[in-house]
Amino acid sequence: MSPITVAFDVTAPWQLNEQVSLRDESFGALAYHHGTRRLVFLKSRALVDVVRRVGDYPTADAALDALVTPDDRGRYVTALASLVRSEIIRGR
Amino acid sequence: MGAESSLRNRFERGLAAPICLTWELTYACNLACTHCLSSSGRRDPNELTTAEAKALIDEIAAMQIFYVNIGGGEPMIRRDFFELIEHAVAQHVGVKFSTNGTRIDEAAARRLADIDYLDIQVSIDGVDAATNDRIRGDGSYDSARRAMDNLRAAEFGQFKISVVMTRDSIEQLDEFEALAAHYGAELRLTRLRPSGRGVDTWQALHPTLEQNRRLYKWLLDRPNVLTGDSFFHLSALGESLPGLNLCGAGRVVCLIDPVGEVYACPFVIHDEFRAGNVRTAGFRDVWTNSELFRTLREPGNAGACTSCGSYDACRGGCMAAKFFTGLELSDPDPECVFGHGERALAAKRVVLRPTPSPDHSRRIPVAISAR
Repeated sequence: MSPITVAFDVTAPWQLNEQVSLRDESFGALAYHHGTRRLVFLKSRALVDVVRRVGDYPTADAALDALVTPDDRGRYVTALASLVRSEIIRGR
Repeated sequence: MGAESSLRNRFERGLAAPICLTWELTYACNLACTHCLSSSGRRDPNELTTAEAKALIDEIAAMQIFYVNIGGGEPMIRRDFFELIEHAVAQHVGVKFSTNGTRIDEAAARRLADIDYLDIQVSIDGVDAATNDRIRGDGSYDSARRAMDNLRAAEFGQFKISVVMTRDSIEQLDEFEALAAHYGAELRLTRLRPSGRGVDTWQALHPTLEQNRRLYKWLLDRPNVLTGDSFFHLSALGESLPGLNLCGAGRVVCLIDPVGEVYACPFVIHDEFRAGNVRTAGFRDVWTNSELFRTLREPGNAGACTSCGSYDACRGGCMAAKFFTGLELSDPDPECVFGHGERALAAKRVVLRPTPSPDHSRRIPVAISAR
């Protein structure tokens, strides 16, 4: 897998891309980007929740403060950065 | 990227809805390709009506199936073809459709170019008329190239050139790559299955072990070439090819045929793999409750492949390829890269190959003329 090249700034506002459909599955969700035609697997329900709600908060930091434990934070930053790269979430 | 094994296990137990749903719109076809998976030719008089087809699209949208792969037969032969794909796209169901291109004249190309979320796969099986037309019929190469020219002139954007890998076409990989580049198109290669009319031609057309090894290396070097996850049986050779690398039949894929029958995958249009009909209780009911699909979602048995160190890479290969060559589903894939499938076939004293059912081939071969 290539390194993350799109900057993910946790102090910036982000949201679920409106070109993306999310479908809940037992393991998390499938995310399909209608523009890029790419399918992405979200591998936990908790991550799906963050992806759906990140747009309700002023910054990604604020969303993570509210939605995940400090211990998990690093993993979620990595996951969100990857979803920025695949255009599942976008800046607003 | 290969799916990690825990995720793959979840997929093998089935999803809330298919990732990839193939819908053959019609069995009618103006060509008569010798490897046709659906034995198409004659229209079935019991085909879904426009109203039924639209209701099915509504259900597909409600189940959040992100896109459908539309095929046939030749889907553009249906008179309501544009009405149906426009109905799908309007509900955010993306459409990828496969066509022989004969109906893509200048006007059709312009209309197609106006539709968002539409992908087109034009099928050819050789980079020259001689190679292609041996399989797809006289004039079919020229008509496919004309379709590609028209799509380019209409500024459709990036379409796909779809090629089935046969003993002949596999020798033209670099030329196919150049042809795709010429059109700014994507190249899509799929595996020849012994399904439909392929039951009769697979033996002569399927790639040799040596050709499959070359194909594997060629694909590893070209992650941008699309394969529809077709060649996961080759992943036993080493590094996994991009894709899920599993048999998705009834788990993440399925097929709806022109009369609404649901089969486990596009390559098993046969009574044994029929899960139900959308006309009875709707597609969701078939997907969720069919006994066949429930069975397919149970943990797999490696069968004869248990002792092979590569089972985790290839998962025993393609169910359809085994079934239609007369192997047991617990046998190795007939194109197992280690030759286990060939030996399993050779060891059988009597090979009983199933007859495709149903068969919509035209009974009298029809001369094909390019328009």
